[in-house]
Amino acid sequence: MFDWNWEFAWEILPRLIVATGNTLIAAGAGYAIALVLGLVLAIAQRTPYRGLTFVVREFVEFIRSTPLLLQIFFVFYVGPQFGLRLSPWASGMIAIGLHYSCYLSEVYRGGLDSVPRGQWEAATALNMTIAQKYRRIIIPQAIVPALAGMGNYLVGIFKDTPMLSVIGVAELIHTANAIGSEHYRFLEPFTLVGLIFLAISLPAAGLIRGFENFIRRKLGLQ
Amino acid sequence: MEDMSGYPHELTGENTPMVSFKNVRKSYGSLVVLDDLDLDVTTGEMVSIIGPSGSGKTTVLRMLMTLEKINGGCIYVDGKPLTHMPKNGGLVPANERHLRERRADIGMCFQHFNLFPHMTALENCMEGPVHVLGISKAEARDRSEELLELVGMINKKDEHPSRLSGGQQQRVAIARALAMRPKVMLFDEVTSALDPEVIGEVTNVIRGLVDEHNLTMLMVTHQMGFARDISDRVCFFYGGKIEEQGSPAELFGNPQRERTQQFLSAVREAV
Repeated sequence: MFDWNWEFAWEILPRLIVATGNTLIAAGAGYAIALVLGLVLAIAQRTPYRGLTFVVREFVEFIRSTPLLLQIFFVFYVGPQFGLRLSPWASGMIAIGLHYSCYLSEVYRGGLDSVPRGQWEAATALNMTIAQKYRRIIIPQAIVPALAGMGNYLVGIFKDTPMLSVIGVAELIHTANAIGSEHYRFLEPFTLVGLIFLAISLPAAGLIRGFENFIRRKLGLQ
Repeated sequence: MEDMSGYPHELTGENTPMVSFKNVRKSYGSLVVLDDLDLDVTTGEMVSIIGPSGSGKTTVLRMLMTLEKINGGCIYVDGKPLTHMPKNGGLVPANERHLRERRADIGMCFQHFNLFPHMTALENCMEGPVHVLGISKAEARDRSEELLELVGMINKKDEHPSRLSGGQQQRVAIARALAMRPKVMLFDEVTSALDPEVIGEVTNVIRGLVDEHNLTMLMVTHQMGFARDISDRVCFFYGGKIEEQGSPAELFGNPQRERTQQFLSAVREAV
């Protein structure tokens, strides 16, 4: 019943390591999109333009209330009907980046709200433009309390990359499943995938905490 | 929209005030904070604003710094409208571009200092000159170090605000505001958040500015002795209006209005 085959495990490891690379690229690219787009969504909700604020707010709620899997399918399968013909990779990056940008926008929002009003006023007294206020004064301070949440979603996006397997992105689960189907052995590939996820997620959480402390010290906030 | 036809596009003449409030009104909903305020401050003058809390003193400074929009009237700085701009032959409420142009004449220090916590004392002072005025880093550094020297903070120039006492932070904040070379400096209760023993280090800096610079200054304060010492004129605010104003000797020595007398005797009893 429990017949772990070391030889087989060693044999498939190289393929899984290549797939790990793909998973990390997918997570990294999706996260990069989410980091930038999330900030745009957060700042858009702070503009004095009521219409824009409303639309962005509802959009964020909509994305957060529907499954990521559905969004992946939508971009990949429904996109072409609107002339948006994208590769599995591109569709996956857009869907996962968009999904997580909405979550990150909430994290940013909390961070932005935590910067005292006096900081805005001091920036006005120095006659800064709105862009300068955000870039030089507000965002550097808002990032610090947001770092913990940003780190959680980095691990979250990494663990959600398997969803991209449904549209054929050759990440870890997709590869493990392919190996299993070829050799009629699923124990080793899926166990190894689990261990790989664990081996990356656990240290990542620690690294994020370290990074948070580093930033705090660097900004003189500790 | 308010009819602005009675307001000139520019104040001219020999005695043009540096700051001029004309019929300025400010309200929050139904609460009237300032009621048709008229106040002229001449170049180089130090005007103190005193009065009970809720009398609109701080609002005067915040409107001048454009942190609050006014609901009526017009504010002029150096002869030109601040809150309004000329358009199609009339005056209309200023847009951000106009505000940025006119705001350059004004600097402000706050009750709670509002230093940027992620920058050192020196970086706080260099931030505006480098990124807003666009002068070179080397020049901004020289100028900022000079000003930190002036406020007695040069030995702490590389410290972050979290490592400075309140009095030290406030002195850096004064240097930061001066680094922008304003014509008008606003001090909003700059000693109110300080421990009594460090108030002197901040008031001494302000005293120095009165002596050495041709700055126009408006100061909201609860420190009557200080206001008396350094002001050219003291305005007593009550209920959103200037109840009484005059030289420190007149206002503190021989107040005419009953409310001024009551306020001053209440303040004296408290001390």
